[in-house]
Amino acid sequence: MLIYLRKRIVSSALPLVVVIVGVFALARMTGNPAALYLPLNATQQMRDDFTARNGLDQPLLVQMADYFGGVLRLDFGQSLRTGEDAAAMALRAFPATLQLAATTMVLAVLLALAVGCWAALKPNGVADRISSFVSMAAASIPDFWLAIVGIWVFAITLGWLPTSGVSGAGAWVLPIATLLLRPFGVLVQIVRGSMVSALSEPYIKLARSRGAGELRVVTHHALRNAAAPALTVAGDLTVGLVNGAVVVETIFGWPGIGKLMIDSILQRDFAVLQAAVLLTAVAIFALNILIDMGYALLDARVRPVTARA
Amino acid sequence: MKTAAQTVLPGQSRAHEVVLSVRGLAVDIRTHRGTVRAVNGVGFEARAGETLALLGESGCGKSMTAKALAGIMDPVCDLAGGEVVLNGTDLGALTPKERLKFAGPELGIVFQDALTALNPVYTVGTQLGEAFRIHRGLSAKEAKVQAIELMKRVGIPEPESRVNSYPHQFSGGMRQRILIAMAVALDPRLLIADEPTTALDVTVQAQIMQLLRKLREEGQMAVVLITHDLAVVAEEADSVAVMYAGNVVESGPVSEVFSDPRHPYTKGLLESVPVHVARGAHLKSIAGSPPEIHDIPAGCVYQSRCPLVQDICLSVRPQLLPVNERSADVQDDADNYAGARPSRPGRVAACHFSKEINNV
Amino acid sequence: MTSSLTEPAAQNQLPGTEQRPPAKGRGNPDGNPNLFRLLLKDRFATVSALLLVLIGLTAVIGPSLMGDLATKQNLLFANKAPFTLVHGWEYVLGSDSLGRSMLARLVVASRTTFSVAVPAVAVALVVGSLWGVWAGYHRGWRENVSMRIADVIMSFPSLLLAVVVLYVFSPSAGNIVLILALTRIPIYLRTARAESAELQSRTFVDAARTFGATPNAIIGRHVIPVVLPTLLTLATLEFCYVMLAESSLSFLGIGIQPPDVSWGLMVSQGRQYLQTAWWLSIFPGVAIVVTTIAANVLAAWLRIATDPAQRWRLSLPRKRLIARIPVKEAKP
Repeated sequence: MLIYLRKRIVSSALPLVVVIVGVFALARMTGNPAALYLPLNATQQMRDDFTARNGLDQPLLVQMADYFGGVLRLDFGQSLRTGEDAAAMALRAFPATLQLAATTMVLAVLLALAVGCWAALKPNGVADRISSFVSMAAASIPDFWLAIVGIWVFAITLGWLPTSGVSGAGAWVLPIATLLLRPFGVLVQIVRGSMVSALSEPYIKLARSRGAGELRVVTHHALRNAAAPALTVAGDLTVGLVNGAVVVETIFGWPGIGKLMIDSILQRDFAVLQAAVLLTAVAIFALNILIDMGYALLDARVRPVTARA
Repeated sequence: MKTAAQTVLPGQSRAHEVVLSVRGLAVDIRTHRGTVRAVNGVGFEARAGETLALLGESGCGKSMTAKALAGIMDPVCDLAGGEVVLNGTDLGALTPKERLKFAGPELGIVFQDALTALNPVYTVGTQLGEAFRIHRGLSAKEAKVQAIELMKRVGIPEPESRVNSYPHQFSGGMRQRILIAMAVALDPRLLIADEPTTALDVTVQAQIMQLLRKLREEGQMAVVLITHDLAVVAEEADSVAVMYAGNVVESGPVSEVFSDPRHPYTKGLLESVPVHVARGAHLKSIAGSPPEIHDIPAGCVYQSRCPLVQDICLSVRPQLLPVNERSADVQDDADNYAGARPSRPGRVAACHFSKEINNV
Repeated sequence: MTSSLTEPAAQNQLPGTEQRPPAKGRGNPDGNPNLFRLLLKDRFATVSALLLVLIGLTAVIGPSLMGDLATKQNLLFANKAPFTLVHGWEYVLGSDSLGRSMLARLVVASRTTFSVAVPAVAVALVVGSLWGVWAGYHRGWRENVSMRIADVIMSFPSLLLAVVVLYVFSPSAGNIVLILALTRIPIYLRTARAESAELQSRTFVDAARTFGATPNAIIGRHVIPVVLPTLLTLATLEFCYVMLAESSLSFLGIGIQPPDVSWGLMVSQGRQYLQTAWWLSIFPGVAIVVTTIAANVLAAWLRIATDPAQRWRLSLPRKRLIARIPVKEAKP
């Protein structure tokens, strides 16, 4: 198991490295932050000073080596905007996003499992048609628009919920509902599809021939087989959740990592952007490892080959 | 192999008692070209401690019949008529919930492909023990003890450690044994074996058939053996029902049917077996192929391939009627054979020319 | 996974099969109804297809008819509520804060939205598919490298990548198309690779190889025709994704830039008037939703219709209907 895990870690670490390098390079290409941080009438001398102070006059490779050296010492540099430690800023924003994303994913998975199973019991039945339309609609509605509709209806018209902020339980409703939409829609379709195919397998027939009732067949025999594809997709969806988080956090003023990233890009704040992206990439990387382990837990066939009992 | 155990345990059927009686069973399949009859008026009886073989080519409806008996048809199939009586209970009259009580204690089924028939994500112990948990309310621990017992019974070595293995960690023959163990877990009266050896090596096939025989005798089960293998029928079965295009075309005791076939299809099948054929000699076979399920002809189902086909065959479907006249030597054989049993299933064939068939 | 060309046509050669009228267009000779007829049988899919055609036509023709109207400002008619004809037909969907007709603006924006989504999908489809088929056909290192690249692109949140790239290069329509295509290439790459790798071991590909056909000829003649239906279905689905992505980018202010207008940008611009003129944000969103749902329904239908193993489901009669139709009894 440990060897298997190590192999997985090594193979998933490659994208991680590429992402860090890529973001570093791209961020450097977004233009010199001197233009943004110095007054319009700044002299060339002031610009050069600014550039030199932040190490921006060094060759790109040297900047990158410095950067990686810093990463290894957990030093991401300072924010150009506030002068604060970049890592501290990213870490401070991270929990807000994590709470939002984790709550959303747990809700999405639970709801999708329930609805997907319900639909799969009678393919082409009424429940199936309703759920397939709902899931399709959920995957088709732009999240930013739903957020705005939500604000319009529940915050402005009805006044039940706040328009933004993180205070109180009410503040969670709209961001989670907005973020939930896409993962839920996609997962329902995946769960439904894999449940339908699992339910048509011979082992299900055999379980029925043993006297297993409908509930037992679904929850005991089919669900565990159907869970594996859903798990894989849930991993991909979590990556996509970062996209949603950017939008949702922007609209609702949620002080999370998505808002931090957008703000740092808009402000040319390299150090913070890099720290935030690295943190996100590490989180996604850790999640992939967890999903792999969950997969192996669910299905013995993908476990590393050990000596046969 | 045909001597039955004489002691009758409580809960077991008396030897040769009719356990399963099927009459006029019909199954429809819905397809995009309309509804088709895949099984049309199939009837037979299975007796305790005996094996009934359902013999036919692939696509003739024999597996469909088996699934209909076990109540595990595909969703596009519908039961369109007929009566299935198991131990005096009409299964068709039961609600799905009542029927579940029969699945396991009364009726077990073995599939052809043991790999897909076992759930890949659970240990064989869990799956073997499930019947005990459902029907006898045993705990997981008690069920595991029973599972190990079952594995011993079907001859799986080291059951104590193997009980925690997953299906993919077993060989094909062992998986088939597990499948059989699962079917006989609760000592059912009826065991349906749907091509149990087709996917296996010849040597393993013999072992599996031997195991089925042993279990049948121990439990006085009635076995319905579904197969396309004439040799298996000849060796294992007491009686046989030959199916063609969804219909039973001939049935009766194996020795009689095989020595004196009264339907041209049965005859053709038997003649295509190379028994005493010199090397290089031409092997006989039945020309043509079975009709498409969408256009089964109006008259005799076998008309397109029958060497004896007449005008009447094209318009009138022959009924399954008792075959009375038999040639003298076969008659003697059959009498001797039948003497050991209380009442024998009659010999029937569905051919307008079942009397003349052997004169051709 | 057989294409219509390789399906056996044996069924209607048997005696007694009822003769069907020859199917038009790409009808299969084996009695399976052709795609167009299948489409007409599915109400939802038909409506979706009609809607998409209608929206597509609007995007092509509409702007030339309503272009002037969309830019014509009239402060007398600022922020007029929709669903009334008292201000004239052009204000049936209301007007924005400068008194421009919402209807005309929606029509003009549809062209921008389509002119980003369609090329982005097309580029990703062509590049990703060819790359994937090539990688899957050759296996080995070419496959490994390709899949790693796909992993890298996929493991990075696409919106963020787009945001970063669009800051490096100016957010013009062309750059949006490129970045959207880039982030969606792995989808086609993975699918095409999987299908092509699977086909590669099939007998008909082996047969072609023994005849001395070159890899490119085999890919072109045997692999692509088989893989194409799957990829086109995927592209229909991707159309939704790309449209939503473009809207998100425009909404965040780094997509389509004013004075151009797209549906996503309209939602964003209307946001500040949410309290006074809700229609400014809601209508463009409805346009997006209707289009993506239509494309989604069509994609779901296509997925089944182009899969020979699944196609029968579409023409399967429903169970309840069956019970009323007497089964043709075999004559005794």
